[in-house]
Amino acid sequence: MSNPRTDMPSMLSGLGAIVRRDLLLAWKRPGDVLTPLIFFIIVSSLFPFALGPDATQLRLIGPGVVWVAALLATLLSLNGLFLGDYEDGSLEQMLLSPQPLPLVAAAKAAAHWIVSGMPLIVVSPLVAVTYQLPSATVTVMFVTLALGTVSLSALGSIGAALTIGLHRGNALLSLLVLPLAVPVLIFGARTVSLAAANDAFAAGVYFLGAYCMLAVTLAPFAAAAALKISHE
Amino acid sequence: MRTDRDTPLLTGRNLLLIRGDRALFSDLEFDLGRGEMLQIEGANGSGKTSLLRVIAGLTPPQEGIVRWRDRDVSRKRQALHDDMVWAGHRPGFKGDLTLAENLRFEAGLRRHGVRPLNTTVKRLGLASLMGLPFRVLSAGQQRRATLARLLLTDAALWLLDEPLTNLDVVGQTLVAELLDAHLAGGGLAVVASHRDLDLSAAVNRLRLS
Repeated sequence: MSNPRTDMPSMLSGLGAIVRRDLLLAWKRPGDVLTPLIFFIIVSSLFPFALGPDATQLRLIGPGVVWVAALLATLLSLNGLFLGDYEDGSLEQMLLSPQPLPLVAAAKAAAHWIVSGMPLIVVSPLVAVTYQLPSATVTVMFVTLALGTVSLSALGSIGAALTIGLHRGNALLSLLVLPLAVPVLIFGARTVSLAAANDAFAAGVYFLGAYCMLAVTLAPFAAAAALKISHE
Repeated sequence: MRTDRDTPLLTGRNLLLIRGDRALFSDLEFDLGRGEMLQIEGANGSGKTSLLRVIAGLTPPQEGIVRWRDRDVSRKRQALHDDMVWAGHRPGFKGDLTLAENLRFEAGLRRHGVRPLNTTVKRLGLASLMGLPFRVLSAGQQRRATLARLLLTDAALWLLDEPLTNLDVVGQTLVAELLDAHLAGGGLAVVASHRDLDLSAAVNRLRLS
């Protein structure tokens, strides 16, 4: 009943509380983390088997395949971003808590990225090796995937927030997020291809960086509005 | 109807809510000041939970306005949510986390007025359950555990949706005791329940049909 004014430290502690809780949950239910990761590894490592060990060909398709696999793996995990919290009522509690809604949405997206985006980035050098990509390219893939997965988690949180009230909203969610995710895919894959061909690739990294910043700053507000609508 | 102890903090004016082609309630009015409780009564599907959601600022009413300290709750939610606890029919705790972890998370979401966890746990007799995953508790134990949310902060307004569900006689008495203590301390409560709570405090009633 004291001063109801907003103060930064407690806002950040609210964000920290949500992220911490989601990481703890992921730790207790590792299946949720491993499913998209295993999907990513399987899809991207099947192509070399199917296409044969020709190094030039693998190097040519490698960046595209890895990026498509990363995008699909992220889409696969997006459905669960708010669903679990919606079903057991804890999302309702967060909406009615003193925390500002965009902050709740940002915290959920951040936790989603740590749990499902970061593992993809970590294993990406291994996958790059199976495509015999030059080692300089591995760094570029690392950086572009980092920027790309952050964007996808942020943009995905909007779609996930819009579709929580719907049964079997998974297909709709993919349709909603895909148009926003395609630029990430185009620039991500192309940048890695350029780097593999020893071409100038910096522009692509800059674009991904800008897109990522835009997504991170705007998505929490859009997702907050969507959460509000789906709880009416 | 209202005992004039204080100016009303929570007011509802001219509320109308339509679901499908049916008006759940219309021209609904209420005033609630410190130390007062409003009990929403009515059959299943009469709109008790919907009214609670309107008061909490989750659902905007078709007409009318709910004010908390003279602020429209559908526009300025923050002031209300800073000073409110919601206990809905879903527990709002994660089944895979222990009760202690769940409660610590709840406390982390509050911005001020958090009370020490130990006193809450002792008061509700939850000490032996704290280390167990929420999922393994019985329905009654889960319900009792959600009561801890009410004592976790010094929030003025309690919104309770069927608080007696699944509770044994001891638990039901406990809810009544908690409510009485809250109201005596100058708190407010809106309770949706089709059963009487057996309180010593005066209760304003609102019947939905």
